[in-house]
Order: sequence, then structure tokens, then C-alpha cells
Amino acid sequence: MILDGKCPTGPIQESWDKHRFELKLVNPANKRKFKILVVGTGLAGGAAAATLGELGYNVEAFCYQDSARRAHSIAAQGGINAAKNYPNDGDSIFRLFYDTMKGGDFRAREADVWRLAQVSNNIIDQCVAQGVPFARDYAGYLDNRSFGGAQVSRTFYARGQTGQQLLLGAYQALSRQVKAGTVKIFARREMLDLVVVDGVAKGITCRNLVTGEIESYWGDAVVLATGGYVNVFYLSTNAMGCSVTATWKAAKKGAFFANPCYTQIHPTCIPQSGDHQSKLTLMSESLRNDGRCWVPKKKEDCGKAPGEIPDEDRDYYLERKYPSFGNLAPRDIASRAAKEQCDDGRGIGPGGRGVYLDFADAIKRFGKDVIAARYGNLFQMYEKITDEDAYQVPMRIYPAPHYAMGGLWVDYNLMSNIPGLFVLGEANFSVHGANRLGASALMQGLADGYFVIPYTIAGYLATVTPGTVKTDAPEFRESAEQVKAQIDKLLSIKGKKTVAELHRELGRVMWEDVGMARSKESLEHALKRIPEIRNEFWENVNVTGTNEEINQQLENAGRLADFLEFAELLAKDALHREESCGGHFRVEHQTEDGEAKRDDENFAYVAAWEFKGTDKEPELHKEPLKFENVKLAVRSYK
Amino acid sequence: MNLTLHVWRQKNASDPGRLEQYQAKNISPDSSFLEMLDQVNEELIKEGKEPIVFDHDCREGICGMCSQVINGIPHGPEKEATVCQLHMRRFKDGDAIFIEPWRSRAFPVMKDLIVDRSALDRIIQAYGYTSAHTGGVPDGNAIPVSKTYADAAMDAAACIGCGACVAACPNASAMLFTAAKVSHLALLPQGKVEATRRVKAMVAQHDEEGFGNCTNHYECEAACPKGISVNFIARMNREYLKALPKAD
Ligand SMILES: Cc1cc2nc3c(=O)[nH]c(=O)nc-3n(C[C@H](O)[C@H](O)[C@H](O)COP(=O)(O)OP(=O)(O)OC[C@H]3O[C@@H](n4cnc5c(N)ncnc54)[C@H](O)[C@@H]3O)c2cc1C
Ligand code: SF4
Ligand code: FES
Repeated sequence: MILDGKCPTGPIQESWDKHRFELKLVNPANKRKFKILVVGTGLAGGAAAATLGELGYNVEAFCYQDSARRAHSIAAQGGINAAKNYPNDGDSIFRLFYDTMKGGDFRAREADVWRLAQVSNNIIDQCVAQGVPFARDYAGYLDNRSFGGAQVSRTFYARGQTGQQLLLGAYQALSRQVKAGTVKIFARREMLDLVVVDGVAKGITCRNLVTGEIESYWGDAVVLATGGYVNVFYLSTNAMGCSVTATWKAAKKGAFFANPCYTQIHPTCIPQSGDHQSKLTLMSESLRNDGRCWVPKKKEDCGKAPGEIPDEDRDYYLERKYPSFGNLAPRDIASRAAKEQCDDGRGIGPGGRGVYLDFADAIKRFGKDVIAARYGNLFQMYEKITDEDAYQVPMRIYPAPHYAMGGLWVDYNLMSNIPGLFVLGEANFSVHGANRLGASALMQGLADGYFVIPYTIAGYLATVTPGTVKTDAPEFRESAEQVKAQIDKLLSIKGKKTVAELHRELGRVMWEDVGMARSKESLEHALKRIPEIRNEFWENVNVTGTNEEINQQLENAGRLADFLEFAELLAKDALHREESCGGHFRVEHQTEDGEAKRDDENFAYVAAWEFKGTDKEPELHKEPLKFENVKLAVRSYK
Repeated sequence: MNLTLHVWRQKNASDPGRLEQYQAKNISPDSSFLEMLDQVNEELIKEGKEPIVFDHDCREGICGMCSQVINGIPHGPEKEATVCQLHMRRFKDGDAIFIEPWRSRAFPVMKDLIVDRSALDRIIQAYGYTSAHTGGVPDGNAIPVSKTYADAAMDAAACIGCGACVAACPNASAMLFTAAKVSHLALLPQGKVEATRRVKAMVAQHDEEGFGNCTNHYECEAACPKGISVNFIARMNREYLKALPKAD
């Protein structure tokens, strides 16, 4: 099937304004008759729930944590982009649009990216009005810094806690609506199924994580804003609860899953120190504004203390390979370059899996105080984890799975192919193409939540009669029974392996075979191994306790069960995409100097997969990508 | 490292609960405290016992979800760190460690180390926001904010809502938490217009939730993983006194 993204036609500069004007409206008096379910209270879901509540809709919002304020968006450190051009360095909406298209290796939709760049400026204004304490200069104006993949300073930040402050802004707006009675929050609820009635999304099935009760909720529309899936790699920078469950369950109900193989490996994470580890910690990319990446030129030097290696024996490989972007080369490029150095035997630290990120020059130039003011909390965090003082010795960093560019397929209105099911933020596939530039996920989450969905959902709701389907519909009962059956099954296996053990096994396969570089052989190996681990899971997992209580083993088992199905789709997508682009690197497709080689002739499309059954081949649907405003070029940062 | 753990186990809110003893064996000093518990839990599962239940999510010290009293100190002995950022190298081989949940009437225990902290959400819902509508707001640079005030607002806004301040306080007061949000918004021009209504509503909700009053023990500041200063409590008190005689 050829998919239609329903992008507006005509000059791109006017596309969003024109589309907005053409969208149908819901009369203010009728809004309260509609009920909207918003799953996820991160930047995307929190902003959406608050805004829709303020507009007068009845909103019910769900999250698995104990409070909406703890969504994973809270962990974002570096910053959020906007095309304000306050620093007068030549930024514009078009430049942000262009950088994002190029950064994504020309695998995103032009119209969506344009809209993102256009509303980016409203986001900053909105957050300032909410009291987000962005960094200010001495004149009292907003301060900016730069991030990977851009040559202008367009990133707004609040120390190293930008995500926290933006999320608290949305959470506070949400709290205001709770007080006003338009939003009801259901915390410690996990969505375990989407309810589809006559082909239309009409509700969700949740497990109450405190009592174990299986609960049904109806809505005139369902909004999924449930974040990304890179915990499929086991070790990642994501929070422990991040999962594919909500989007995968929707996929099993017919929603297409787009570009699952586009996963981002972030270059600046603290290297793994042992098997005990449960996650990897990201060090903000903004560190590369002042930190220089290097490894020893000679293998024999790798064991030496960094201070004993003179400058001429160091290889500042990013500055060498990419003179114009240097240490600010985008993430996929910087990650691959780091891995190359390590594969070449010149990595440092335990197992040779690390490179230096060195602040010595910057400290010499600006003084320790300036560096401490810029990145102090990151240095603190680094010291807590590694027991090393990075003001004295260079940091050690290594790439780690970080962000999912793939997600449920949506059209320009952020609606999936299931009418009534909208998908926002990291959970959808829309704007990042094959690689996300720094500071643009926060931008996307808030753009979707504050400035896109309030308009586009009205266009849909104007075509439906509110409250026609309630939880007494048979589809709700069937869904609840299915969910209950899976829980009973999980609890009855009583095998020998823990959930964590099996997740680690899956993670190893995913990292080795489907990680930073993929080949036909490695992917075929993964496609053999994943079903084996899945079978073992269903025969030999040990889930303790009962359903009728707080049961974290059961929660984790359910999430792993979904990862074990989804992982296979991810590997299949990577195998079918016979090209390299952004975070998807097929070793068979590279240029002579080892850069990603795209195949625009054959692969300039979105790959949207339709689930057909766990042991059946998924069906591939294509949405061709048209480029009218950017020229498809080789993506060079030299 | 090998350690002896004394862990609070409590099936649910009505169970009286008790300390139980476990051995943590072969722990890497580089493990975080939660990774140490993960390892103990895997052993327990293998032995057919119930794993220890505790709240956590980001494991980066920012979501505010993790909450354990370790050897009598909320979030443990490391200064300005959450439990997830506490590492085992802080302990010695052979140590005995006591692990308990937050204790406060306003935070009922749900299971083992998990407590219900929704009272903190209700304080924010009472008025911990500016009433800005989405859209139709002025340009971000239209209202300059002095760097000093922006930085001070940020100091207050750094609160992660973990509730350690309550757990550390002999009065089980949530004043530090409440004061942090009141101060964050009172320090910025955007929040000023509603400052009077805000502080009254938030303090009233604080009291209604059953939190105690501040009598200057400063235990909250000592336990706070984000280094929130008790000066913000003084600021809130000033805001409150200023607000009292005023109509909303
Ligand atoms: C360490 C780190 C640093 C980052 N730094 C930056 C940065 O500096 N700049 C930038 O732009 N981006 C950054 N990112 C990326 C960015 O933070 C995320 O992509 C973005 O916040 C995702 O927002 P979201 O709203 O889509 O999802 P999330 O914030 O992940 O929210 C997901 C929500 O869904 C809920 N949920 C999930 N599944 C279910 C379910 N089954 N049932 C019920 N609820 C569910 C969760 O409870 C949560 O409320 C960073 C990411 C990480 C991991
Ligand atoms: S003031 Fe400190 S201790 Fe209290 S909730 Fe906030 S971060 Fe936690
Ligand atoms: S788990 Fe998030 S702060 Fe500890």
C-alpha cells in the first residue's frame, strides 16, 4: 500500500497556516462533551493534556509513575532549540528546517519539519510565561548555546536540567487543569492494550499497578505520548520503565510501525563499568562545545595516564576528520567515529571501550569557574558515578543507545492509520528522519503537545459524535480478557530465569548485531536469536508474586514480552533497508572513507510495517518522501 | 563486597511491617545502591522468595522517584545525592545497612519501601503554577529577568519532589518542598501577579495534607539531594506574611 501523509500542498512557508485555517473547529460549548484519553505525561503528553483541558475538553491522563512530573522527559539535560536568532548569528526558520532535514539524513517529511521549525519560537515564549527559569544574560535576556549538527547558537537551556524545567512547566499547567476539573490524572496505571471498535480507536485497557485491577477507559480519541523504545537494547540512557508496550500493543491492533530501525546511539555517555550495570548515563552533548575528543595515536599509549601523553601523540579525531564541525559533529557521526577508534585498538579505559573528552584547554582558556558555571552539575554527576574529577583528568565517554527516531506512523495531523488514535513525541516517527539532532526532541514533544494536536484533533473530533461508545461495548471486555490471560500466563510459567537475565540476553544480541553497525549476517543472526530468546522467555521465565498487588517483576515481564516481539521487527526493518542513513549504518553500504551511503533512488521512503501475527511476516507499506524545498545532498560535515 | 541488609518489608498499608535480614554478596563497589538491590533481588527470586519492592525510574538523580531511608538518613550518607546516585564504594566490606521507607503520616506505606507521595502533587495543584494560557503570550525576551533572580529561581526550581525533606523532618513538614515552588515562582516577574493567592493556597493545602510545621531543625536542607536552601522557607514565610492582610 502507498501511504498518504496528507501533507498540505503549495509553498511550504504557508503550509501550516493554511492547513490550520482549513481544519474544522469544535464549538466551545461542545468541547466538554468529548472525552480524550492521553497516555503519557511527558513533554508531549503533559503539554497535550494541559492544552486540551484548557480548551475545554474532558481529559483523562495516564502514566505508570506515581506522579505526572516523573516522566522520562525530566532527564533531558542539554537544551531545546528554537529559531529565534537572538544571538544574531544568521538563524532562521528555514535554517532550522534545513539543519533538521539534513541532520535526519533526508529521511523525514518536509512539511512536518517545517511546522516544527515554525512553532519552535512559540514554545520558548510559552515556557517563559509558565516561569521556566531559562538561563539569562546580565541584560536579562535569554541565553543560548550550540549543539551538535548546527553552526548557530539556537539552544535554550536551564543549567543542565532543561528537560526537568520544561516538564515541570507542563506539569504545572497540567496541575492547573486538574484544579479546574478539566483533567483527571491516573497515575500508577500502565496501558496494556488499545481498544478498537469498528476500526476506530475508542479506549484503552490498563493495569492498576497498585491493586492489579484491569481497568477499561473509553474516549472519543486516544492520544499516545508514551516515549521511545531503546530499552530494547537493555542498557541505554533511558529510564528503567521506558518501554515499547503502549505503541506495540497499538501496532498489534493495526497501527503501522514506521522506521523501527532508526535508533540513535549517543556519543557522550559514561562507559559501562561492569555486568552489574542497569543503565548507562548520558553526559550532555553540550559538553562538546568546550570538551575535545581524543584517543592516543599509538596503541601502546592506551594504558598510560592521559597526562603522560603529549599533544603530538594525541589524535583529535573529530577535529581531524570534520574540520568545519569538529567536536560538534552530529551524533551518528561522532558515535561511529568513537567506535572506529576503539575498534582500531586505540580506545581507553576498561576493555578499551572509551575515548577522552578533555576540558584542559577550555579550563586554561576560560578558567575553571567559567567551565564549572557552564557544566558544573555534569562534572558532579560524572564524579559520583566514576569517582574521577574531570577538572583534573579528562572524562571517558562511549556511545550508548539513546533515542528512537522510529515510532508509530502518523499523518500530518499526527493521526495514525487507525482513526481516532493520535501519536505524539518520541512515540511517533515524524520529524527526525534517520538521526535526531541535539535539543530537538524536547522541541518536538512540546510542539506536538502545545501547538499541533490542539488544532488537528479538533479536525477529527468535528467528524464524530461524542460518547457513542462506552466501556460496556464488547470490545472492552475482550481486550480486558486478553490482558488478563497474558498476566495469568506470565505468572504461571514459574521457570528458572529472571526477567532481567532474559532482557540482558536480548540486549546483548541487539547491541552486537543490530547496534551501531549492522550487516546482513549480523541481522540474520539476530533474527535467528530473537525468537529463540522469546521462546525461552515464554517457557522459562520466573515471575514471582501475584497480580493483585504491587508487582514489579510482572510489570517488567510484560514489557520484556513486548520488546521480544518488537525486536524482531526492528531487525527486519534494518535488514530490508539496503542503504545507510543517519543512525542506521549497514556496513555493506559505505563510502570509501567509511561514511554512510544513502540510496535515494530506492529508499527515499518511510517504511511502515503492518503486524500480521507473531510468527508471520509483517507487511511493508511505503510512504514515498518528496523533497521540494531541500536538495537531496550527500550529508557532509567536513 | 559482602554486606548484611536489614530491610523493611511490609505487604501493604494495613500490614504492620518488620525488618528482615538479607545478605548482599559479591557486590561491585562501582554499583549504585539500587543496582546492589537488583542483585539481591535476583538472588531472592532464584531462592523462590519475594523480591524487595522499591520505587525508582530514571536512575540519574532527577526524576525524584527513588526514596529509601538508609541507616537513618533519607537517600543515604552521600551529600546531595539521591539513592540511585549513591554508590557502594561509600560503604565498607562487611557493613550492616538498614533500609526503610520514608516515614510520615502524609506518606502512607504502600508496600515494602514504596510510599504514597500524592500529597505533594496536591500542593502543586493548589496553586503551584502561573495561570498562563497556551498561546497568546509575549515574546520570551519581552520581559527581561535579572540574571541574579533567574539564577535564584533556578536554585529553587531544582527541587525534584522526592519528599526526602519530609522524611528527614522531626515534624514531617513539607515546608522545603512547598517553599521551593513558592519561591521559584515569586522570584520571576511572570509569577508575581498571582503571588498572594498562590502562597495562601499552597500553605493551606500543605497543612490540610497533614504535614507538620517548620520549627527550624534544618534537617530538610541536610537531606535534600538538590541542595535546596532553607532560606527559601524564610522567603515563603515573608511571602505568606505579606499575603495575609491582602485580599487575593
Ligand atoms: C538522558 C537523556 C537526555 C536527553 N537530553 C535531551 C536534550 O537535552 N534535548 C532534547 O531535545 N532531548 C533530549 N533527550 C530526549 C528527550 O528527552 C525525549 O525524547 C523526550 O523527552 C521524550 O518525551 P515524550 O513526551 O515523547 O516521552 P516521555 O517523557 O518518555 O514520556 C512518556 C510518558 O508515557 C508514559 N508511559 C509510557 N508507557 C506507558 C504505558 N504503557 N502506560 C501508561 N503510561 C505510559 C510514562 O509514564 C511517561 O509519562 C534526552 C533523553 C535522555 C534519555
Ligand atoms: S526540597 Fe529537596 S528533599 Fe524536598 S522534595 Fe524537593 S528535592 Fe526532595
Ligand atoms: S530513580 Fe530517578 S531520582 Fe532516583
